[in-house]
Amino acid sequence: MSNTKSFPTSAKLIHWISALLIISLLFVGVSMIQSMAPWQHTAIKMHQSIGVLVFVLVLVRLVNRFFFTAPALPSELSRLQQLAAKFTQVLLYVLMLAQPLSGWLMRNAEGLPVSFFGLFQLPTLIGFNYQAFGVLRDLHGILAWSLFVVIVLHIGAALHHGLIRQDSVLPSMLFKFRSRK
Amino acid sequence: MSNSTNDSTSIIKRYAVIFVLMAGFVLAFLYAAGLFGGRGVTAQQFVNLQENEKPNASFRRAHAKGVCLQGEFVASGLLAPFTTAEFFQKGNYPFIGRFSIGGGNPTAPDLASGVRSLALSFTSDSGQRWRTAMNTPTVMAVRTPEVFFQQIKLLTPDPKTGKRDETKIKAFFAAHPEMAEFNQWKEDYVASSSFATEKYHSINAFYLVNNNGERQAVRWAMAPQAEPQPLDENISDSHPDALQIELAQRLENDVVRFDMLVTLANDSDDENNPTVAWPEERTVINAGTVVIRAVEPQQGSACNGINFDPLVLPKGMEATADPILNARSAVYAESYRRRARESFQQQADSQKTGQQKAGAQ
Repeated sequence: MSNTKSFPTSAKLIHWISALLIISLLFVGVSMIQSMAPWQHTAIKMHQSIGVLVFVLVLVRLVNRFFFTAPALPSELSRLQQLAAKFTQVLLYVLMLAQPLSGWLMRNAEGLPVSFFGLFQLPTLIGFNYQAFGVLRDLHGILAWSLFVVIVLHIGAALHHGLIRQDSVLPSMLFKFRSRK
Repeated sequence: MSNSTNDSTSIIKRYAVIFVLMAGFVLAFLYAAGLFGGRGVTAQQFVNLQENEKPNASFRRAHAKGVCLQGEFVASGLLAPFTTAEFFQKGNYPFIGRFSIGGGNPTAPDLASGVRSLALSFTSDSGQRWRTAMNTPTVMAVRTPEVFFQQIKLLTPDPKTGKRDETKIKAFFAAHPEMAEFNQWKEDYVASSSFATEKYHSINAFYLVNNNGERQAVRWAMAPQAEPQPLDENISDSHPDALQIELAQRLENDVVRFDMLVTLANDSDDENNPTVAWPEERTVINAGTVVIRAVEPQQGSACNGINFDPLVLPKGMEATADPILNARSAVYAESYRRRARESFQQQADSQKTGQQKAGAQ
């Protein structure tokens, strides 16, 4: 029954890789839209390719989610806290899906394909539409800031569980580097 | 750690750790987003400067006035040894294009502008794209976006007083000898009476990449096949749309053709410096003919929605590290973002008033 205390390794791996990639994408994203420096062009290409990678990771993660029982939240938590935890988690999933999708659509609306590291192009979801680009470009920005806010809440809550409450929540997503002998 | 006498201080310490971590994370993000400045000249500041506090909603912030074009590029195939780019293999490639004049005013008189432009956008079924925006000057005035920003700032009249500081402009010119070639061009340039009789330059250099992965730095120019002529008598040279009317008349009789002349750099040419033209004796290859068949007003036509970003390049073409080239791409993107949003807003507003009218009937 020790499995229910902790997420399986696959889920942990995807979680931490996604975390690293998503946070990098957010930082690069808000920087590159202002910069006029030569790295900006490379950054935009990388942002798209890594965005595709994150999108795939989120889909893999959703499928993977059906193959294990997530550890239950500590029973000491109030109903409200349990609900808040569930809500932010769902919100994170929604944003992690909506954000790459809005980027993909926005690029198509501009008449351009999304390329994955120059290896292949993603199918075109919508045709060239200038006004739609206007909406989708704004949406991509709003979703980025929303995602950042939810990530801040998520990290804040994780640290609260780990450092203040010192319950089972944070360790359930951490790798155990010391063997239990 | 769980010693009960230390519990309260230990909790405070832990809260402090959380606070420092979270504050650091949030502040780092706000810094990345430019909320504290310190990021040099941004694309937003550049477009703000172009707007000069009087943005023309839904219009391009630079080269606001223009017309849409339809035509095709008849590639000679002579560039094929240098690039795998689809659009340079022998064949016909349709494009959407745009002629424009410099400046941010969409109603400026055509003949008053000192710069004219030709922009082309290619789309292939295999997913390749090529966009290029070319201007009448042969070179850029300055080498970096920061200096370009200073230059525009000095040359733009103060939005309140409507005046420019001539002594500062003189000092700027003196401090930037790299402007010499551009200024020489400006002095020698005589504007013709037609968009069709100007020569349009890529200004920045690009790389062509061939099958063996070899890179060749190039610049190109669209050279007109038509000879310059005085403006047709039935068009008044005081008409604000003189160039647009002239082009429409011309296209009623015949197509408009340009030769795409591609200059190959050699080792002594600096492809990252757009202020210096390459010597005349460099090898020039005629890559094909741009054939313009039709002209349309820009509002509501396809070219209006296109961002002629010079860094939209097909496989077989690559950007150089020219800082101006990269800055153009960044600034065009910001201009495009603003006008696309405004265009959507205008569309939504007109639909609303349309519905209100329909409802009132």
